[in-house]
Amino acid sequence: MQSKVHVQTTINGEPREFLCEPRQSLLECLRDTLGLTGTKEGCNDGNCGACTVTMDGRVVTSCLVLGVEAAGAEVTTVEGIARGSALHPLQRAFLENAALQCGICTPGFLVAANALLEAEPDPDEQRIRLWLANNLCRCTGYDKIIRAVQQAAREMRGANA
Amino acid sequence: MKWFDYAAPGSLSEALGLLERNPGALLLAGGTDLLVQMRARRKQADLLIDVKKAPELNELSLDAGGLTLGASVPCYRVYGNRDVARAFPALAEVAGLIGGTQIQGRASIGGNLCNAAPSADAVPLLIALSARCRIAGPGGEREMAVEDFCVAPGRNALGAGEILVSLRIPAGGAGFGAHYLRFIPRNEMDIAVVGSGVSVRLEGGVVSAARVALAAVAPTPLFAREAGDSLVGKAPDAAAIEEAARLASAAARPISDMRGPAEYRRHLCGVLTRRALTAAVAAAQGGK
Amino acid sequence: MSTQYTVVGTRPVRHDGADKVTGRAIYGGDFTAAGLLHGFILRSPHAHAAIKRIDVSKATAYPGVKAVVTADDMPPAPGDKIVDLGEGETPLSYVRGNVLASGKVLYKGHAVAAVAAVNPHVAEEAARLIEIDYEVLPCTLTAPDAMRDGAPILHADLRMKELGQKTDRVSNISDHFRHVMGDAEKGFAEAEVVVEGEFNTSTVHQGYIEPHNATALWNNDGRIHVWCSTQGSFVVRDATACVLDQPVSQVKVTPLEIGGGFGGKIPVYLEPVAALLSKKTGRPVRILMSRQDVFEGTGPTPGSHLKVKIGARRDGKIVAAQAWLAYEAGAYPGAMVGPGAMCVFAAYDIANVVIDGYDVVVNKPSTAAYRAPGATNAAFATETLMDELAAKLGMDPIELRLANAAKEGTRRADGPKFRKIGCVEVLQAMKNHPHYSAPLGGPNRGRGVAIGFWFNVGLPSSCTISVNADGTVNLVEGSTDIGGTRTSVAMQAAEVLGLRAEEVLPTVVDTDSVGFTGVTGGSRTTFATGWAAHDAAQDVVRQMKERAAKLWEAAPESVTCERGVYQSNGHSATFRELAARIGETSGPVVGRAAVNPRGVGGSFAGAIADVEVDPETGKTTVVRFTSVQDAGRAIHPSYVEGQMQGGSVQGIGWALNEEYFMNGSGAMVNSSLLDYRMPTALDLPMIDTQIVEVPNPAHPFGVRGVGEANIVPPPAALANAIHAAAGVRMRRLPMNPPAVMEAIWRKSTSPDS
Repeated sequence: MQSKVHVQTTINGEPREFLCEPRQSLLECLRDTLGLTGTKEGCNDGNCGACTVTMDGRVVTSCLVLGVEAAGAEVTTVEGIARGSALHPLQRAFLENAALQCGICTPGFLVAANALLEAEPDPDEQRIRLWLANNLCRCTGYDKIIRAVQQAAREMRGANA
Repeated sequence: MKWFDYAAPGSLSEALGLLERNPGALLLAGGTDLLVQMRARRKQADLLIDVKKAPELNELSLDAGGLTLGASVPCYRVYGNRDVARAFPALAEVAGLIGGTQIQGRASIGGNLCNAAPSADAVPLLIALSARCRIAGPGGEREMAVEDFCVAPGRNALGAGEILVSLRIPAGGAGFGAHYLRFIPRNEMDIAVVGSGVSVRLEGGVVSAARVALAAVAPTPLFAREAGDSLVGKAPDAAAIEEAARLASAAARPISDMRGPAEYRRHLCGVLTRRALTAAVAAAQGGK
Repeated sequence: MSTQYTVVGTRPVRHDGADKVTGRAIYGGDFTAAGLLHGFILRSPHAHAAIKRIDVSKATAYPGVKAVVTADDMPPAPGDKIVDLGEGETPLSYVRGNVLASGKVLYKGHAVAAVAAVNPHVAEEAARLIEIDYEVLPCTLTAPDAMRDGAPILHADLRMKELGQKTDRVSNISDHFRHVMGDAEKGFAEAEVVVEGEFNTSTVHQGYIEPHNATALWNNDGRIHVWCSTQGSFVVRDATACVLDQPVSQVKVTPLEIGGGFGGKIPVYLEPVAALLSKKTGRPVRILMSRQDVFEGTGPTPGSHLKVKIGARRDGKIVAAQAWLAYEAGAYPGAMVGPGAMCVFAAYDIANVVIDGYDVVVNKPSTAAYRAPGATNAAFATETLMDELAAKLGMDPIELRLANAAKEGTRRADGPKFRKIGCVEVLQAMKNHPHYSAPLGGPNRGRGVAIGFWFNVGLPSSCTISVNADGTVNLVEGSTDIGGTRTSVAMQAAEVLGLRAEEVLPTVVDTDSVGFTGVTGGSRTTFATGWAAHDAAQDVVRQMKERAAKLWEAAPESVTCERGVYQSNGHSATFRELAARIGETSGPVVGRAAVNPRGVGGSFAGAIADVEVDPETGKTTVVRFTSVQDAGRAIHPSYVEGQMQGGSVQGIGWALNEEYFMNGSGAMVNSSLLDYRMPTALDLPMIDTQIVEVPNPAHPFGVRGVGEANIVPPPAALANAIHAAAGVRMRRLPMNPPAVMEAIWRKSTSPDS
C-alpha cells in the first residue's frame, strides 16, 4: 500500500510536520512541500553542496537524506541563519566582500561556513578550504568566499571576546 | 526513483526480522552511495531498512584489545572521537577522506565496505589493519576477515538476510604504524585513481609483520600479501620499501577508464605504496 | 584618473544582496504555481540513431500522467526557414530538432519525448515506459574523424559552405572559411625562427551550479507565459515563439534569478516542451534538468583541433602566422570557430597571416557559448607557441609579446582595425607585477604567462528610470542579472543623477515590461545596459531641468546640473528636493533609453601562473595565480575582480582536469559533478587580481566588458608553467595527471621532445 508518511520535525527552531513519500529527499520536502526554496539543488547526488543544511548540528547534503529521516531531528536551513531582522555576520561578510555572483551556491556555503565557525572560531585558510570543499562555486573562484568567512570569523570572535 | 517503503528498526534483531520478511529490501546507513545508485536506477528496493537506529550498528568503543566500529557509525564520529583518533590515527584520517564534510556527516566506514567499490578508500586500510567483520544473519552470527568481504565490483559476501553489524580492529600498540594514501586529480571530492593502505610492525628495528592493500586496481580492493610479506625480517630501509612497492605494483591488475590508464595506475601503485610505507614506518618508529 | 566620479569605482553592497544571502531570492527552479504539473524529458541512449517508432501508450495510461509529447506535437515542418535568435542565422529545423528530436537522434542525451505528471517521480517512471525502436547508426565524435571521407553523416541536408560559397557537397563540415592578410608564405620565407604545433582541446562544460529549468503556461487566451532562468529573456521569447510557430507577442517570458550561465543559458531547451505539455493539459508545467541532463543535453563548448605556426625574425618581430582550426559544433552547425579565428592572433601585430576555420558537426551535444567562446582554445595554441618562440629567441616571454603587441590601428586578419585597446598596458602591468619577479619558492615549480583577447558584443539594451517623490529612482531593465549587474548598471545611472548607488532601485522585468534587450553575454551588460542606464539617466536630468525651470519660472536652458544639484539664477535644489515637487509641475518624470552599440570596446587579459608538478604522479598544483585585465573603467571593482577570479578558475579547471570523457559509442561516462572535476576550494590558491584601466573612448564611462577575456589565458599560462616546472610541452587539454606523467615518461625516453 503506497501511503505517505507523516513526519514531525524541527526546522529553524520551529516545530513542523509534513507528509512525504519515503522516496522523497529532505531537499524535495523542504523545497516543494514546505516552500523553503532557499536550499538549492545543483546535482542531486551530494557533489555540489548547494543543498547543504544542518541536521542535529551536522552539515549534510539534504539531497542525500530522505525526508522521513528528518523525523525527530533538528534541521537548519539558510532561512534560519539571519538573527531576526539583522543579517548574520557571515551573510554581511558575503555581501561586503562580493562573495557571491549568481548566488545559487551561497545558501549552501553559508550553512556550511556557519557550522564551521560554530565549531572552530579561528580556522586558517586551508582549514576553511578543506571544510568547504564539498561546496562548489563556479562564479567566484572561491577567493572572496574564503575572505568573507575569514572576516566573519574575526567579527564573531571579537563579539564573543 | 521507484516507490519504496521505509522502516527504521530500533534493534539488530528487528532489522534482521524485517530483512528476512522482505527479500526485496536494501539496508540504508548513510545513504551517500545507495541513494545515488537508486536514482541512477542501478539499484532498486521495495523497502529501505534504515539501520542507523540499531544500537549494535552504532557502537564506537575502544578497549584494550582494539576498536569496535558499528557499521553505520558516520565518518565524522570516527575522527571526532579523540581517543579513537589517537589510537587509530590512520583510520581517523581515512574517515576524513571519504567524500567532503557533508558526506562525512552521513557516510559510514561500514557502508563504504558494503558498497564494495574497488576504489573504496577505507577498505585497503581496513585490510592493512587486519579488521574483521561481524556479520549477523538468520543463521546467527559469523566473522570474516575484511579482505574476504568484497567479492566483485559492487558485490559483497553477505548472504541473503545478513547484515554487517560492526568491524573489529585490533589495537596496534607500540612499534605499529599504518597509513593510507590515495591519488586523486583534485584534492577532495574525488574517487581514488589508486589507493594504498599499509601497516608495519617493527620489533627491534626489524619488520615483524606488514600488510599492503590497494584500491582501484582490481575488481575488488586488493590484498597484496606478497608486498607486505617481502618486508618481514628486513630493516625498513629504502631498498626494502622499494621492493615492497614494486611487488604491490606487480600485483595490481588495473583497467583503463576515465579515472586513468592502466599503465599509469600500475605506476601509481608503486609510488603510493612507497610513500605510504615510508609514513607507516615513521609512525611505527615514532611509537604513534 | 583625470575624471573624478563619486559612484563609479566604489564598492556598494549589491541591491539583490539581502535576498540572495537569506534564501529569499526566487530562482527559476524555485518557481511554483497553482495546479503545477511536473515534466520529465526522455533522452536518447544512443549517440546516433534513426527513430523507427515511438509508442507512448503505456506512458499515457500510467496513473498520474497528464500528457505526453514528442516531435509529432510540434507545428508542421518549417521547411528551410532560417531564423536568427541572436547568435547568427540557423535553420529553424535545427533549433526545433534540438528541442525534440525528429526522425533521428544525433547525440546521447538528445531529447525525444516528454511527460507531464502529478509529481516528478511519476513523470520519470512513466517516461521510462515509452517504447522507442532505434536503428543505431555509426557515430563520429571528433572533428578530424567527422571530416574524413566516409565518415557517418549527421545531416543528409547539410551542404558544405566553402570559402563563402555554397557547394553541393554533403558533409559534416558545415563551413570552411579563410582569413588572409598579407602573404603568409612570403612571411615564413623571411622568418628566421619558426615554431609550430598541433593542439587538441576536449569538450568542456560551463558548469553552472543551477540546472536548467522552465515553467510554462499556455493560457486559455492562447498566450504563453514562461518563467525560467536564462541569460536572455527576449531570446527565450523569440526562440519559443519560433519553435512553436507563434508570433512573438504571444509569448511572455518572466526571467527569474539565474544560477550561473557563462554562455550556456542562452539557447532554449525546456521552454517549448513545457509549453507543449501545458497546451495539452491546460496547466502550468515545470521541467527541471538533472545534472546528467545538463551535461548530456545542453550545450558545452567545442572540442577543437588546431595547427598553428608562427615565424619571427631573430630580433623578435613576428613576420608570419598561420592557423588551422577545426571546432566541433556538436550535433548542429555553429561551433564558435568564427570568434576563435578572430581571436587566434588578435593580440599581435602580424603582417602576414592566413587562418582556416572549419565548423564540424559531430555526435555530441550541440555546443553553446562558453565565456569568450572559441578564444580559449585558440589562445592555448598561440600562447604556448609564443612561449616556445621566446625560449628559442632567448627573450623574456613578456618582452616578446610587448614587441609584437596589438595597438590602436592594428589590423586583425579578419578585417577590422582595433580602436583604442589595452594590450600593451596589460603586458606592462604583468611585467611590473611583483608576482612576475618573485622567487618560485620550491623545487618542481615553474612559472608561465599568457594573454588573451575578447570582444564587447554590442546588441540592444533598453532601460527606463522613473523618479520617486522621496528622491530615489526606479530603474527598469531587461538584462538578467547573473553576477551583480543590477548594481553595476544602477551605479552608472546614479553617477549621472548625482545619487548614491543605493538610491537607484533596479528591477529586472519580464519581456512585456521593457524594450528589447539582448542576452546577458558577450561581456555586454555593464557595457551596453549600463550605457542605456546612462542615457536614460541623462533623459531624467533633461526633464528635471525642465521641471526646475517651470518651478523657478526660468528658461530650461538656464538650468544647470552638477552632481545632482540643479541651479539657475540663484535658485538651487537637490535632486531630492526637486523630486518632492515634481507633482507640482507636470506629473511623473520617466527617462528612457534604448541603445545598440557596435564595434567598440574589447578587453585584453593576462595571467601569471606558478605551478608545482609532482614528478612521480604528474599532478599539477597551482601555487600562485595572478589575473590582469583591462576593464576600461571598473564600475564596481569588487565584481570586476570577481569576474577575473571566476574566469581564471574556469580556465584552470579547463586546463587541468575538465573534459567530456566519451566512450567509443558516444556516451559521456563522467556526467556527474564527482567525475567532471571542476576545481574545489581546496584545489586553488587565492587568485590575485590587477585591474588595468584603459578607458574605452566610445563608452560614456569608458567601460569595457570584463566577463570573458579572463578565461582565455589560463590554459596556456599553465601549460607554459608546467613546461618550466617539468620540462614537458603539453599539446592537449586537459593536462591531467596521467597526461603530464606520460609526457614526462616520453621526455625521459627521448630527450628532445
